Amino acid sequence: MGGLPAGKVKPAEHAYTDWELRVDAMMMLLVGVVGGGKRMTVDELRKNIESLPPADYDKMGYYERWVISLTQTMIQRGVITTHELAKKLAEVEQRGLSPFSRRKRKPGR
Amino acid sequence: MTAEKMGTVPIYHVGDRVHVRKAAPLGHVRTPFYIRGHAGVVERVCGAFPNPEELAQQRDGLPAQPLYRVRFRQQDVWPGYRGNPADVIELEIFQHWIEA
Amino acid sequence: MRQAAGRYEPYSYFQLMEVSLRELLVEKGIVTEDAIAGAMAAMRARGPERGAAMVARAWTDPAYKARLLENGSRAAEELGFEVPGLRLIVVENTSQTHNVIVCTLCSCYPRMLLGLPPEWYKSRPYRSRVVREPRKVLAEFGTKVAAKVQIRVHDSNADMRYMVLPMRPAGTEGWDEARLAGIVTRDCLIGVALPKIPKNSKPRKS
Repeated sequence: MGGLPAGKVKPAEHAYTDWELRVDAMMMLLVGVVGGGKRMTVDELRKNIESLPPADYDKMGYYERWVISLTQTMIQRGVITTHELAKKLAEVEQRGLSPFSRRKRKPGR
Repeated sequence: MTAEKMGTVPIYHVGDRVHVRKAAPLGHVRTPFYIRGHAGVVERVCGAFPNPEELAQQRDGLPAQPLYRVRFRQQDVWPGYRGNPADVIELEIFQHWIEA
Repeated sequence: MRQAAGRYEPYSYFQLMEVSLRELLVEKGIVTEDAIAGAMAAMRARGPERGAAMVARAWTDPAYKARLLENGSRAAEELGFEVPGLRLIVVENTSQTHNVIVCTLCSCYPRMLLGLPPEWYKSRPYRSRVVREPRKVLAEFGTKVAAKVQIRVHDSNADMRYMVLPMRPAGTEGWDEARLAGIVTRDCLIGVALPKIPKNSKPRKS
């Protein structure tokens, strides 16, 4: 996107949430920067982010793009199947993390 | 991308004037759109690295490809660039994106 | 329901994905919760101290500065910083040249030396505009670069990572490394700011 028109830079600071740090940690572990294992490359992460539809890309936050890309990469690598993911998403949602829930996050999440 | 085999011996040197290929392949590419088709000067030879375009497709990206830092004049890259004519932009370009 | 700016509706969809991915990976023995917690703690704790320490050393030790500019990764390791796989290039600001770093393709950044990048570094406005109108973008950070100074923009688009070695400001004569490192902020190391002596700074006996 270098050189394309864009708005002003907002030099704001941003405290990383636990959620974002968890995604970051998963990436570091899966790519093998830490932990000694390696299940994917950072190039696959980037490729899958680049493959997001442009409208979605702009609406999504940075780590939201990462979590989708990491999940996609794990499916592409055969580490998880779409069926397993679907089952797990439904199970987690059942536990009370519904997209439509207004439940307050637990402190420290 | 063709199936040509490329060696890991760098064929360009510091100070060489090089052109970045103008192409728009599919898939993951680490040569930004804005620099394709432009000419610059090799600032350093960074070494050889597995091809990220192949790594992105779960292949090993070998043989490793020479990577160069290339310096471009901003006024060559951006039409109507307003700044010091000495301003430059420096990027890393893989050997297979350079044409003589 | 929208959360903070940048969040996508519906509420919690991506958090749902994060939990699901993590639990699947743990169940399959790919990662452990402990390893995740450890990596989180490490990145939470990391700020730009290592980068600042390298600059402070370079300002006080010309031989180290030469080594830093020659091979940034080895110079980092020399100070005891573990930077596996990092290929660091350090670029020096002078009275004639100002350097600024970006990754237009994603947000590559020397995390092991600077910590996690700020939101603006990863943003569309910065990545799109600093390559094309660096002076204007720097001005938005309150940093004025004179017209006669050459600006070098470094797009971190492949395997190398970059850090700026700012000029040592006047008025810091006799300062020890720790004090010098204290004025080298993350933004100085990216190249959007210059080290400043705090207003209330009194000359200290070294």
